[in-house]
Amino acid sequence: MNKDMKILIVDDFSTMRRIIKNLLRDLGFTNTAEADDGATALPMLQNGNFDFLVTDWNMPGMTGIELLRAVRADARLKNMPILMVTAEAKRDQIIEAAQAGVNGYVVKPFTAAVLKEKIEKIFERVGG
Amino acid sequence: MLVNNQEKPSDDVWDDLKDRARTLIQKLEDGDFKGASSAIEELNEARDRSIYLEVGKLTRGLHDAIVNFDIGQPMEGEEDASKMTNAQDRLDYVIQLTGSSADKTMDMVEEGIPLASEIKEKAIALREDWARLLRREMNPDEFRELYHSIDEFLGFAADGSGQLNDKFNTILLAQDFQDLTGQVIKKVISLVQEVEERLVELMRVAGQIEELTGIVRSGDRTEKRLVKGLDSEAEGPQINAENRDDVVSGQDNVDDLLSSLGF
Repeated sequence: MNKDMKILIVDDFSTMRRIIKNLLRDLGFTNTAEADDGATALPMLQNGNFDFLVTDWNMPGMTGIELLRAVRADARLKNMPILMVTAEAKRDQIIEAAQAGVNGYVVKPFTAAVLKEKIEKIFERVGG
Repeated sequence: MLVNNQEKPSDDVWDDLKDRARTLIQKLEDGDFKGASSAIEELNEARDRSIYLEVGKLTRGLHDAIVNFDIGQPMEGEEDASKMTNAQDRLDYVIQLTGSSADKTMDMVEEGIPLASEIKEKAIALREDWARLLRREMNPDEFRELYHSIDEFLGFAADGSGQLNDKFNTILLAQDFQDLTGQVIKKVISLVQEVEERLVELMRVAGQIEELTGIVRSGDRTEKRLVKGLDSEAEGPQINAENRDDVVSGQDNVDDLLSSLGF
């Protein structure tokens, strides 16, 4: 797991983006960028050499689950590790996200420890 | 507000119908076919009149119920805002206020953390020097430096702690959003309840009109089936997770669910 990896944080609430950004910085990840919707995030991912995506579910334009599917369907992006951080807590949704290929799922409200553990777990599995 | 809940027309119409029915029977018994035909026509007219009367009452009731909704009607003292617009504005205000409180708090935290760290580091460094002094490892020049460092540190700690104190107070005050947004949200809750009551009333009025005019819509009574598309319906944060069995109640549940499925 490379602390310099480029991470994209996607959430329609700037407060949450700021919280996640700060938590990532505390964990040593300072190379972060932000998007406020799946719709703005997708072109950024396509053009930007990101190594990791952290996204919310509920967003007005393109939702997180739609973004997840779009990334998995894109030849160049399909292997990108993706962590969902969301208030959505229905079992059906968790299963749906897992089946669509999400690598980790964190429900809000969450702690810094949980975020750290999930990120580490993702990169253990992905192998670096 | 609609008062007439009866299914029968009013008493005088009822009596009128009975009278005309008696006239009809009389004519029939007299063998007066022409008279009977007229009597039948008069009976129909009386019935129709009563229907028109009732429909008139009901449409007036409908009209009143809609007017009471205040949709599109400006609120007192505000030129362009209906109650609905007002509710939307209020909720926007809540988003705004909570957002700025959160930003303010985070600003204070982001400024405070490095300050606290610096106090800590200086204290640790000073302590090491002090330990050396106690072990008699210091020469007079170093002692003079220590003399100044202590003074400097005490000034820095006093000043820094004062700043941290101010930041804590600012954070405390930033929580005022809870009270302000709470009040605003209460107002919106009461508006929503009002809208619900009006809707129920409208439904009742509409139901009565349908009964009176004999309109029966097929398939109306069937329950609305939720069409499940590709994505399950997103519900936002769960407020009563314990009372539902289709919802997880914490990160541990999420992890268990995923690992039980092999993810």
